[in-house]
Amino acid sequence: MPRIQTIAIIVSLLFLGYVIKLILKGKLRVEYSIFWIVTTAVLSIFSFWRDGFEKIAEFVGVYEAPNLIFTIAIFAIFVYLIHLSKVVSKLHEQNKTLIQELTLLSEKIKNEKVDKSN
Amino acid sequence: MKRAAIIIPAYNESENIRDVVSSIHEISCAYKLVPIVINDCSLDNTGEIIDELDCVSLQLSINLGIGGAVQTGYKYAFNNDFDFAIQFDGDGQHPAESIPNLIESCESGNDVVIGSRYISKEGFQSTYLRRLGINYFKILNKILIKLTITDNTSGFRLLNRKAISLVNDYYPDDYPEPEAIVLYAKSGLRVVEIPVLMKERTAGVSSISASDSVYYIIKVTLAILFTYFRTKNNNA
Repeated sequence: MPRIQTIAIIVSLLFLGYVIKLILKGKLRVEYSIFWIVTTAVLSIFSFWRDGFEKIAEFVGVYEAPNLIFTIAIFAIFVYLIHLSKVVSKLHEQNKTLIQELTLLSEKIKNEKVDKSN
Repeated sequence: MKRAAIIIPAYNESENIRDVVSSIHEISCAYKLVPIVINDCSLDNTGEIIDELDCVSLQLSINLGIGGAVQTGYKYAFNNDFDFAIQFDGDGQHPAESIPNLIESCESGNDVVIGSRYISKEGFQSTYLRRLGINYFKILNKILIKLTITDNTSGFRLLNRKAISLVNDYYPDDYPEPEAIVLYAKSGLRVVEIPVLMKERTAGVSSISASDSVYYIIKVTLAILFTYFRTKNNNA
């Protein structure tokens, strides 16, 4: 087994372990954990099964297997980043609404206190 | 008696805010004017000052920026059944004496009335760069909504009940003024401009610096186009 494969296996298993730890501690929401479990699982599979990527590359017609890896990885990262931007935008809106509601409510409470003391 | 909410967003305006609020109390007109000051998490003691003034004080616990702060005021006006909401700068640039004119114009059948410093071309006319930007928005909005608005960036504007309920649901975030006009016109509201005399700010600094202006132009242009295509046509 070449040294790089040993390193790849160790790294992807460590990564998998870290993701599982995060999930068990409740620090990742379930919907995100699915993405990360699949990602780390795929990484682990291909670090054990080295020929796998060559075979897939040949099957889809890519001459150099590393090109296929880059294409797929970059595309997946882009999709995920857009998804995260969407999540952040939604959180931003919800956060704004919450602060506004909080402000209006505390004004109301302050007002009622003044009314009672008069 | 009809009531008008005077919505005053304030960020670090401790030097101006007292005068601004008292300038509103000095206006005598047939409507009840209620100053509503929104402290957008100021770093100075604006928050403490407005708690002591004769006004409704809304304290934001996190800085939302001008759009979010102004919308808080509109929401207050909506929840408390005000007939009009008038947006008014916290820095002393806007003339309180013109408030009755804005209300009159609204009563004659308009939904949104904007106070413009460029109709009669009197009073403080702003810097050259800013006027360039304002001319750009004038052309852009003329193409999109077929309305000539000479002062798209003016924050001195009146909304009636119909318009308030619209901004209660959605109001733009960062540089909201030009975009909001497109929103109003596209939603079928009658938008007009009337001349007002603006003053130069007495203290403090403007919210838009020169270095931000390129970003401002690009961002607002995009926001205007998005709003234009997103808002359903209600012009019928």
